[in-house]
Amino acid sequence: MHGLINRAIQSFVCATYGQSCWLRVTESAGLGFTEFEAMLIYEDSMTTRVLDALSADLNRPQSEILEDLGTYLVSHPNMEGLRRLLRFGGVTYVEFLHSLDDLSDRARLAVSDLRLPVLELREVSPAEYQLHCYPGLPGYASVMVGVLRAVADDYGALAMLSHEGHQGDVEVITIVLVESAFAEGRHFDLGARGA
Amino acid sequence: MDTADLSTLLETLCPMFVMVDSAGNIVNAGPTVQKLRPDEPMKGRAFLDIFELVRPRTVTTIPALLSLAGGKVHLRFHDEPRTALKGLIAPLPDGDGAIINLSFGISILDAVRDYALTSADFSGTDLAIELLYLVEAKSAAMEASRSLNLRLQGAMLAAEEQAVTDMLTGLKNRRAMDMVLGYLISSGSAFAMMHLDLDFFKSVNDRLGHAAGDFVLQQAARIMEEETRNDETVARIGGDEFVIIFKGLVDEVVLSDIAVRLINRLRQPMMFQGTPCQISASVGTALSTQFKTPDAAELLNAADQALYEAKRQGRSRHCLYSALVEAGFRTASSQ
Repeated sequence: MHGLINRAIQSFVCATYGQSCWLRVTESAGLGFTEFEAMLIYEDSMTTRVLDALSADLNRPQSEILEDLGTYLVSHPNMEGLRRLLRFGGVTYVEFLHSLDDLSDRARLAVSDLRLPVLELREVSPAEYQLHCYPGLPGYASVMVGVLRAVADDYGALAMLSHEGHQGDVEVITIVLVESAFAEGRHFDLGARGA
Repeated sequence: MDTADLSTLLETLCPMFVMVDSAGNIVNAGPTVQKLRPDEPMKGRAFLDIFELVRPRTVTTIPALLSLAGGKVHLRFHDEPRTALKGLIAPLPDGDGAIINLSFGISILDAVRDYALTSADFSGTDLAIELLYLVEAKSAAMEASRSLNLRLQGAMLAAEEQAVTDMLTGLKNRRAMDMVLGYLISSGSAFAMMHLDLDFFKSVNDRLGHAAGDFVLQQAARIMEEETRNDETVARIGGDEFVIIFKGLVDEVVLSDIAVRLINRLRQPMMFQGTPCQISASVGTALSTQFKTPDAAELLNAADQALYEAKRQGRSRHCLYSALVEAGFRTASSQ
């Protein structure tokens, strides 16, 4: 598993539940260390053990925790850089949704050994979309639900999301756009890099 | 197609176009070009009053500029911010002037910031947004790698430091001493080597235990560091054996003074948990200048012989290798 993904989980747990929770989780997952490095590769089983331990520690289902992780990735000030990268996807929420088809390629362009599962957006109607998440990273669809919800807020769009479960080996997320310009949304300044 | 139709088309396809007539006056400018100077309408002004031609340097007039059909020019604004631009010149038919399509080129990063440009300012097929995305994504990835490198470098320095440090006393270890000796010999520096052995250390260890022994070693190390300068190398090379290397110091009177001071301080009883620990030290000193071509083993051996002589004379003493030589302990390689 890419260190960036493990590091994202670590950052989320520390920011949301505190350092002591993270230390308990790494301890019970038997990692033997407490800090993931973003630019190293780890065994997949380490990530699985961390998520299992986290779920047990918080007494919450993993899918719920992963949705929160997705929200954290977009909305927390720690993750401003990632939010900006996602906002490059489009000027409106709908444009952003269409850019998700390129998300795994975009990720690979930035970090060549970061492989994210393929996503495919299908337009059911101008107000309803289905996002098909292909396999490769267990829990990715749950994270994407949180990401999509937070990005909708970021654009000021009002959207209802639901994780429809599996269709074969593909997981399906339904996105119903109630209002594409519901609120002001957060500002995105192209030139704010490094500011 | 008339000029107005053409302008409408160009606004969609290349929002950074400038249309000039044969006299070099601006007929129309694309919305993004105009956005760069929002308070100064470009229409009607002379192209060369707004833009300075940077390259090719030979071109300074409008006719010469218009003759560069299909050619690339480098421009910049006359006034601040003097954003650099690239331009491609396409002449209009019948000598009616030309379209000059501008682009930011590499200055795009500053331009989006200076002019608060948005995606809407670039045509849908322009790679500008992708370029900006890539710069940010790569910078973030580079930053993550850089921070990993810094941590690895920190760990490496700590490991290197540990590899040359005696963990009990914080002095240099045998390996560090060998490295310093090797360096001094290969650079041809003059230096003195003092070999110091604690007397009665074994009895402290046996009577009061290892904790007391460790304490005595730490105290002895502290004294040696206090009695020497920072650029001298103090190393613990064995249980109760120490070596001090004095770089650039080969004055036997000064060295003898230091040795006597060291011995006197080490003879003061050290209090360990209320119990006095009494040790002393014997010291032998050799100089690199006593050998034509000094080598590490030979020098250590010379200092060791002097140390042995000091012990033989009844401990708590300092003996110079030169004194041994004078007394007839000549070795094959010494002078």
